[in-house]
Amino acid sequence: MKPASQSTSRLGAWIAIGVGASYFLIPLLATFEFSLRMLRGEYSFEAYRVVFTDPLFQATFGYSIMMAVITIIVGVLLVVPTAYWVQLRLPKLRPLVEFITLLPLVIPAIVIVFGYLRIFNSSSWIPLTGNERATDFLLVCSYVTLSLPYMYRSIDTGLRAIDVRTLTEAAEVLGANTFTILFKVIFPNVRSAILSGAFLTFAVVIGEFTMASLLSRPAFGPYLQLVGANKAYEPSALAVMAFMLTWASMGLIQVFGRNAKNATKP
Amino acid sequence: MAPSAALPKPGGGLSWNWLGVAPFLVFATVFLVLPTSYLMVGAFQDPAGHFTLNNLRGLFDDNVINAYWISFRISAASAIGGGVIGFLLAWAAVQGQLPAWIRPTLMTFSGVASNFAGVPLAFAFLATLGRVGLVTTLMRKYLGFDLYSTGFSILSFTGLTLTYLYFQIPLMVLIVSPALEGLKREWREACDCLGGSSFHYWRYIALPVLWPSIMGAMLLLFANAFGAVATAYALTGSSLNIVPILLYAQIRGDVLHNPNLGYALALGMVVITGLSNAGYIWLRSKSEKGRT
Repeated sequence: MKPASQSTSRLGAWIAIGVGASYFLIPLLATFEFSLRMLRGEYSFEAYRVVFTDPLFQATFGYSIMMAVITIIVGVLLVVPTAYWVQLRLPKLRPLVEFITLLPLVIPAIVIVFGYLRIFNSSSWIPLTGNERATDFLLVCSYVTLSLPYMYRSIDTGLRAIDVRTLTEAAEVLGANTFTILFKVIFPNVRSAILSGAFLTFAVVIGEFTMASLLSRPAFGPYLQLVGANKAYEPSALAVMAFMLTWASMGLIQVFGRNAKNATKP
Repeated sequence: MAPSAALPKPGGGLSWNWLGVAPFLVFATVFLVLPTSYLMVGAFQDPAGHFTLNNLRGLFDDNVINAYWISFRISAASAIGGGVIGFLLAWAAVQGQLPAWIRPTLMTFSGVASNFAGVPLAFAFLATLGRVGLVTTLMRKYLGFDLYSTGFSILSFTGLTLTYLYFQIPLMVLIVSPALEGLKREWREACDCLGGSSFHYWRYIALPVLWPSIMGAMLLLFANAFGAVATAYALTGSSLNIVPILLYAQIRGDVLHNPNLGYALALGMVVITGLSNAGYIWLRSKSEKGRT
């Protein structure tokens, strides 16, 4: 009785995994196959060549990478001190800070950017949409906001894993000020948490569409949409590349996470 | 402000400590709370700034209420579908006694796929199930079956739901796996010893323990789908009248011919995603309490 029920449950498990795997792999295969079809009658990487040589691709991709890097820097500088301070001095504020960092998952991005367009428009007190640099700044802020949930959770987990209080006290005894403690003691100790937050942010920001499109910035997301509306094979090539980028980001998180685990083990 | 900051520790301790999180609070206020509140307040005002409920009434215009209804159905369908399939996958990987490599592989892949949304996802599904997509073509060629003759279209309700499942299922796997890991092997054994069948086990043990996690996760998936813009926009352009697309069009060019109705539209979205997230948090605390 028992072995029979177990083997049926194992069969069920295999079926579930099999169906799941095909649902996830077929679109990837199909996209890849489609991306090779640009030249009639043969498979080639022509679509990729066309994409890579498109100056607009280079410009928008470069722009989005730059935005992602700035977002990560600003995000880390904003979140690490906050999470550190909350853990060390203001544990009572933790629920509030956690709640705020989760808000971007609750409030849809399109609503947030709609609000930006209303309160930062060119006739407002803070006319950030007035010129391009200021709008870039606004875009970075919007991305920092979007990435808050990932950044905060990752860094907070990292900080919980180390003994913040002892480290801080040790550094204070040695005469370090808060600034030194933060940058010379805390940052190095949560490096892998920062990196995993950073890669997650990168994956979220690099192809982001809603914010960039509504703020009218020449980012990769709106470019993708434009190509999708006008071309046949290039979108598939771009989708394959986007998927590989996401893979790479997630893979790197795993690599750094594993290294961190090994490093803390004696 | 300045004198209190300059005070020595004993007297000004509190304000010093507050200062540490001030940059974060200021940032969150300026770039998250204020913009959203502006819209929420605007939803209750007429263009002249007077209080009114007309905008909320405007949400019940045919066009708008339709958009909400389609959005609701797509989000619910993708949340329930993603919830059920994701649960089965997570169960198979966690409890299914499969080879050890399956589980980490599924988790890693879920991490990737739950983040693979937006415009590229739309491209992937166009290449798969679009008119000249691989699956469509292969079915026509080898099975003699024309998917599109059945009225199916990737640009439709079904198509969009099917596409959303691509990030909904992995999200479900990630959220529900910890709960499944909490199921103790002894419970199953106790059930078997007492002569219970699989049905009894699920009906009286596993599901009662798991349901808050499952329901909560589905609410989260619902909110996730409800706010998504990019995939739908890249897939269907503006041919499918769902709330995020309507709001996008409204922001772009005031298609509703009433800016304040746009604010009300945004308010409606926040209320719906807010309620489902609140439900998720409530159910999660319930399931955590149940476990201890």
